[in-house]
Amino acid sequence: MELLKDKKPISHYFIVTGLILLFSTLSFGVIGALQYVYAGLFRENFSFEKIRPLHVSSAVFWILITACGAVIFYLGKVKDGIWSSKLAKWQWILFTISVVAILISYIMGIFGGREYWEFHPIFALPIVIAWILFLINVLKTVKVFRKQPVYVWMWLTGTIFFLFTYAESYLWLIPYFRSNIVHDMTIQWKSYGSMVGCWNMLIYGSSIYLMDKIAGSEKYSYSSIAFALYFLGLFNLMFNWGHHIYTLPAPKYIQYISYGVSMTELLLLGRIIYFWKSSVDTAKRHYHILSYRFLLAADLWIFLTLILAIAMSIPAINIYTHGTHITVAHTMGATIGINTFLLLSLVCNIFNVHQPKTEKNITLGLNISLIALPIFWISLIIAGVLKSDWQMHHFNDIPFSAMMQSLHPYFVVFLIAGILLTIGFFIIVGSLLAVFFKKQINA
Amino acid sequence: MTDKVKVLTLIVLIVSFFSYTLFLYKENYSSNAEYGTMADKGKKLWQEKNCNSCHQIYGLGGYLGPDLTNVYSQRSEAFIKVFLQTGTNIMPAFNLNEEQMNQLMAYFKSIDSTGIASPAKLKPNYDGTIER
Repeated sequence: MELLKDKKPISHYFIVTGLILLFSTLSFGVIGALQYVYAGLFRENFSFEKIRPLHVSSAVFWILITACGAVIFYLGKVKDGIWSSKLAKWQWILFTISVVAILISYIMGIFGGREYWEFHPIFALPIVIAWILFLINVLKTVKVFRKQPVYVWMWLTGTIFFLFTYAESYLWLIPYFRSNIVHDMTIQWKSYGSMVGCWNMLIYGSSIYLMDKIAGSEKYSYSSIAFALYFLGLFNLMFNWGHHIYTLPAPKYIQYISYGVSMTELLLLGRIIYFWKSSVDTAKRHYHILSYRFLLAADLWIFLTLILAIAMSIPAINIYTHGTHITVAHTMGATIGINTFLLLSLVCNIFNVHQPKTEKNITLGLNISLIALPIFWISLIIAGVLKSDWQMHHFNDIPFSAMMQSLHPYFVVFLIAGILLTIGFFIIVGSLLAVFFKKQINA
Repeated sequence: MTDKVKVLTLIVLIVSFFSYTLFLYKENYSSNAEYGTMADKGKKLWQEKNCNSCHQIYGLGGYLGPDLTNVYSQRSEAFIKVFLQTGTNIMPAFNLNEEQMNQLMAYFKSIDSTGIASPAKLKPNYDGTIER
């Protein structure tokens, strides 16, 4: 608690915790990739069923905790301070204790066993309490709901809906919901699908605030187009989750609703293409160079990931991509290319990074990751295409192990690109942590 | 866009969302792993051992091992039990006792009875939808 006695805002502690979790995400990611290439590595004590949740939960907590930190920081700027720093401090403490306990529980072999964000249900309790504290803080800080910019709407809806979807993801504890595997998986993917939309609301809201700040105008945040796109995003958050479960023998209307709703994302794609040039020109004029570079990188990955997401949302295409590494490529593209780049742009802005040496190091890290990420992504897509061919045509005549052996060269490329990506992000994380611990922040 | 329009849009979306949610909650198909049965215990075991990390059910789960939705009808019980007992060069041996293995078998049997998971069995339509 000594650390909390200095004068840095509480939001910075969320961010530092998030950065440490990004470090942990990457480390466990590399070990997991090594296990794909060297079959049986650490089989006895540190096998893949431990590594995967260590990697996934670190990644989810990196996103969630940093997004909360960014919302607390920016909301404080918008509203002349957060309602209660004490409440935020307790939220941070609860989060930190829960994360440490969850990561230790995996090492001890205690799991929740759900796909994909899983831990023993007991740990859900402190996280819910922490989130309620966050919700109280956000609601009390916003106070008046009239004439708010779009990012405040996004923070509010993201915070409220997260609580609902998170609670929904634990309905399986009730016998009625767990007794039929198809129904259970339907509700599970409904909750997880929407949950991703919730943290995206927090991140995208903060990014819009930052873009306004870089552009030096709040015009966009109050515009009708901003609100139309926000409602479109919310509509997708609520109804497009069904594309995860097209192959489940669930009722057909889930397929139709999700397919129809997902196609509205084409409007988002159209907008990105249309506004691509103008957004670059506006941002270029300003000096938030690091945040700008990360935003630009995220812009490109939003474009690539959205194309893949829309294609995968068409049921007839989804049957070829489902259960293959194309789905992994989509997830990695979204979590690294979009969420991580956006969050890092927010962190650079919040930490007010302007020291030339730090700027140089972070730019180097970003450039390395920008080279590695497409290789990483394409290797997964090729592995996915080959697995898809096996699933559709050779399922009965070629054993699973032989198919996996044929993917080995692509897993090697995936591993090398993953290590390169990790080096790039380590440089960025290391530089940002140094800024925090050397007290170079001018908040 | 006025605040009134925004609030109205939000209300419409929220009401639609919760109506759809309640409808889905009610739509519980016939149960094949009632609480407390062998299959239900097998499901708990599946979760406790985090089998999902490497294996899939209906294509949802990890990618290191094969999809196990229809493993019960594709392989014999004895075959599956040997795998569980000895492990493989990637999968550790989970040291399950006979009762636990029977619980897992009951779970595999219950999943298998829900349908065929292979995407090759699904028929794509020209409008982009799929038929089972």
